[in-house]
Amino acid sequence: MQREKKWKLAFSVLFTVICIFYMMPIIIVLYNSFKTNSSINTATFALPNADTFVGFQNYITGVSVGDFPFLNSVGYSFVITLLSAGLILLCTSMAAWYISRVNSRFCRMVYYLCVFSMVVPFQMVMFTLAKTANVLNLDTPWTIPVIYLGFGAGLAVFMFTGFVKSIPMEIEEAAAIDGCGPLRTFFLIVFPMLKPTLISVGVLEIMWVWNDYLLPYLVLDRKHYMTIPIHIQYLQGSYGHVDLGAIMALIMVSILPIIIFYLFCQKYIIKGVVSGAVKG
Amino acid sequence: MRPKNRKRDKTIIASRLIRRPIQRFFPIFLLPTFAAFCIGFVIPFFWGMYLSFCRFTTTSNARWVGFENYFKAFNDPGFVHAFVYTALFAVTSLIVINVLAFAVAYALTRGIRGSNLFRTVFFMPNLIGGIVLGYIWSMIFDGILSRYGTSIVLSSTYGYWGLIILMSWQQIGYMMIIYIAGLQSVPEELIEAGKIDGANGWQSLWRITIPSVMPSITICSFLTLTNSFKLFDQNLVLNGGQPFVFQPDGSIIKTTEMLALNIYNTFYQNANSRGVGQAKAVLFFLLVAAIAIIQLRSTSRKEVQR
Repeated sequence: MQREKKWKLAFSVLFTVICIFYMMPIIIVLYNSFKTNSSINTATFALPNADTFVGFQNYITGVSVGDFPFLNSVGYSFVITLLSAGLILLCTSMAAWYISRVNSRFCRMVYYLCVFSMVVPFQMVMFTLAKTANVLNLDTPWTIPVIYLGFGAGLAVFMFTGFVKSIPMEIEEAAAIDGCGPLRTFFLIVFPMLKPTLISVGVLEIMWVWNDYLLPYLVLDRKHYMTIPIHIQYLQGSYGHVDLGAIMALIMVSILPIIIFYLFCQKYIIKGVVSGAVKG
Repeated sequence: MRPKNRKRDKTIIASRLIRRPIQRFFPIFLLPTFAAFCIGFVIPFFWGMYLSFCRFTTTSNARWVGFENYFKAFNDPGFVHAFVYTALFAVTSLIVINVLAFAVAYALTRGIRGSNLFRTVFFMPNLIGGIVLGYIWSMIFDGILSRYGTSIVLSSTYGYWGLIILMSWQQIGYMMIIYIAGLQSVPEELIEAGKIDGANGWQSLWRITIPSVMPSITICSFLTLTNSFKLFDQNLVLNGGQPFVFQPDGSIIKTTEMLALNIYNTFYQNANSRGVGQAKAVLFFLLVAAIAIIQLRSTSRKEVQR
């Protein structure tokens, strides 16, 4: 027994060390974001000292560099992510209920098309999708959620249908006998029961849309709208060697919301991601 | 006779009470998703299929050319290189990620103090997007390599292993979570029984634990495989296909370019090769779909056995 305890303690220490190393990339970015540009190039791993420490200067430069304001990109990222996730949750849960309760030939066709769409890589549709979005004027942050709903419907419909099938119909029958119409039945009875799947799908969609690069890059009208990943890539690409300190500051700004989100709903995130993986 | 009738009654009641009323609400429940799905997937997919048989620079000047694009795709040394490179990358990352993720998951299910905190830390990189990940690691790799007077974009070997390290850092936590779920569902009695029969730790790992988590291993293997094949953002940022090798016949081989990036470049670096790009995309789709079908087969077979 004593020996086993010692082993466990040794493993705890070992994993603490490994975890510190594992976090190193983020920590390095964090302290590099307070260093001068030249010191990042010459001494990447050194902590900031009196000569190289610049305080929040990099953050100020990062936000103002380029001809597109970074804070607008942050705002658009939030708008697109929240609108898309909300739209996907609402529309696909309704669609999934309709599909599994009506279960007509048309419904089954839509369902199998959704399942099929999950294996299609984005490169297959990127050119024609960008064209379609352009023709239909879906290239603004307020309309691009429709594209996300369309391309992301597959996984969401699949996950919701799987859950709706496990809800006993008797509850809805009882509601119908009491004179409840489909709209009220869905929103007052079915929707609250979907909560675990709503959280899983919501987490998956939020992480996908927030981090997505190629879809908004191709679809959005880039003169007027950018998201954070597009902005970072654009700064690096079009200005040649941009101030590395500024890039580090922008990276910190862009991963901060995600990390806060993670620390607050860690349990749901891990559950959501895993249920998506196992089913998808 | 009776139970059968009751069952039929029940379905009639269900369809009167539930099915028909819902069906009248088609425009509210299904139509929005269906319309968006057509815009976001169905139309672009079939249109893309059609365009892969055409020569075009914009969608309005498409001209039918049959299988010409596909022949061109197969004869493109850059595409063949990208395919081989991606396959090699996928196999290496499959092994590295799964071995490490399983080891971590195994250690963290032994009841070590602090397991939850370690789990949190290992999972965190998974939340960071590909573009940002690429910049983080290119700074780190260049910070190391600049001491030896080189850079990540100057060597295809460093580029390859750099991408493996990046990918492992991102995905080990994810696979670890799936393995932990699998390991926790291995019945305690099985391991106890093994212990009574005199199995040592190593034997019980190989003979009891690993066979019991086979479903998780299958899932994780296929996930890492498809993730590697679809890798784009990280590849674009970390090295963008550099270093380039110029062939004697004038063509360029981008030594660290993976399939998705190759397709993207075929589309957007030269408007005249868009048909070829679309044909490559169709081939890419067939490849990913084939992997998914094999996965579906192998998991359903395992489930029958259990």
